[in-house]
Amino acid sequence: MHTVVIGVIGADVHAVGNKIIEYVLREHNFNVVNIGVLSSQEDFINAAIETDADAMFVSSLYGHGEMDCKYMRENCEEAGLGNILLYVGGNIVVGKQDFKDVEQRFKKMGFNRVYPPGSDIEKACEDLLGDLRR
Amino acid sequence: MGTHLLVDFGSTYTKLTAVDLEKETLIGVSKAMTTVNTDVIEGFDHALEKLKSAHADMPEIMQISACSSAAGGLKMAAIGLVEELTAEAAKRACLGAGALVNDVFSHHLSKKEIKTLKNSDIDIILLAGGTDGGNSECIIHNAKKLKEANLGVPIIVAGNKEAADTIDDLYHASNIEYYSVDNVMPKLKKLNVDDAKHIIRKIFIDKIIEGKGIKKAEQKTGEIIMPTPEAVLQASELLAKGFEDVEGFGDLMVIDIGGATTDVHTIGEGTPKRTEVILKGLQEPFAKRTVEGDLGMRYSANALVSIVSPFEFKQYYNTEKNIFNDNLKEHAQRLHDHVDYLPNCSEDEAFDEALARICTDFSVSRHVGSVEVVYTPLGNMYYQTGKDLTDVQYVIGTGGVLINHPDAKGILKEVEQKSNKKLELRPKHSQFLIDYEYIMSAMGLLAQKNPRLALKLLKRHLT
Repeated sequence: MHTVVIGVIGADVHAVGNKIIEYVLREHNFNVVNIGVLSSQEDFINAAIETDADAMFVSSLYGHGEMDCKYMRENCEEAGLGNILLYVGGNIVVGKQDFKDVEQRFKKMGFNRVYPPGSDIEKACEDLLGDLRR
Repeated sequence: MGTHLLVDFGSTYTKLTAVDLEKETLIGVSKAMTTVNTDVIEGFDHALEKLKSAHADMPEIMQISACSSAAGGLKMAAIGLVEELTAEAAKRACLGAGALVNDVFSHHLSKKEIKTLKNSDIDIILLAGGTDGGNSECIIHNAKKLKEANLGVPIIVAGNKEAADTIDDLYHASNIEYYSVDNVMPKLKKLNVDDAKHIIRKIFIDKIIEGKGIKKAEQKTGEIIMPTPEAVLQASELLAKGFEDVEGFGDLMVIDIGGATTDVHTIGEGTPKRTEVILKGLQEPFAKRTVEGDLGMRYSANALVSIVSPFEFKQYYNTEKNIFNDNLKEHAQRLHDHVDYLPNCSEDEAFDEALARICTDFSVSRHVGSVEVVYTPLGNMYYQTGKDLTDVQYVIGTGGVLINHPDAKGILKEVEQKSNKKLELRPKHSQFLIDYEYIMSAMGLLAQKNPRLALKLLKRHLT
């Protein structure tokens, strides 16, 4: 069974999407470690170390995601999690921006997958299974 | 029915408490120097003589129970993976079992850390790491390192259950004494220390007290059943929870200021009291104990004055009665060199009172939880780490300095909320009680056989 750490990053308290992601991932037989809302990068990383996670799903809805996710890949590498899959999704930037740009920026920051607002979690599950097989 | 004699082999004194089982009363207490270097029974006999001569009508002794913190108590090292998670869980298991945790290590053990373990005089190692099904690489690595180091100390393995078999194979053929128990953190942030605590106590009873020369006392006292701090924790828990139909005191805090350490025990969930507060970090134990090795009245006096500046020290010093013109370091050194010194002039009394105030204030700071503001688009939210103890009903003081001080409750006031420590979740409106007869640990022992009576005596004698 693959382990995924999920949570809402930064000073963001949007809990509904977080619960839906947990539900869908469980339906797909993932071992879900949900660290909940108001979670820091450190919380994600510590949880991933102890649970030997394969991936982290970072959610953000309040627009400050880009700031909160800065140097997350570098911090993972520092903590010995260099190979962990990093997915990010939601309303992750300020205002309305071209998603292609946003995706590119986050990929440059070391995220493996980036999802725009309103994405289907099922799709992320499929992507994850594919990425894990690689 | 007769007398139940409760014995505490302490580092300095062997203390006896006699309870009349028929009349359900406290007969009396006595103490004598602990004689662990020659024969520990000498001190016990001496204290018993004193008790008998003071209470000639004492009924025959029918039962004896004993606890011990002599010869340095129980010293442990806790090892985990992430410092704030499994290393912290392992540490809490040790503290809850009444141990002093000298070393806490996280991630892969380094050569330097192994060397520290070799040089420090520890009794048991608690090895944790990984949630169940989580990381097993680290704990296996550390298990191998400990095997190579061959420290000759029992090792309790309390980490990821998937690593347990590998470690079992690793240790089985060797001469290492090891015990495999439930994971101290089976799920993320979930604390599960009962199994580990149980085995720590068992090793303490079977092995540790023998090495410290206290086992001999068992011929006279029957089994020594736990380390003294655990007895205090058990008494606190009984007093908080009550027993069957007898109501307890509810959430409470016990502060035990000793010569070498200050222990703080709290009983209660300590969960957030408001909806905009989010709990962070590892789950807190319902019965929580912390020990401060640098806060003590005598042996640790040097360490204590090294963490406060002379200016800070004066804030705790009663300048109404005395003018502080002593050299802080020299005075502390004198106390450190004479651990059995009792103050005999008003300057020394004031100095001791200041030390006790610092012990109380600092140990509570380190024990209680705290809040931190998070500014979110939806308004202010708060992170809470640790226990919210604002609504604790009773604060109980024990240990020599509080028991003998005329204004012990004034010293205990230091636990309350302070203007310069606004974010700490300290008690707001508690009632203060003092353990004048020094019975907390004895009642923890009595509670093993007779919880109803122990509760009754605690309620009667904590005033």
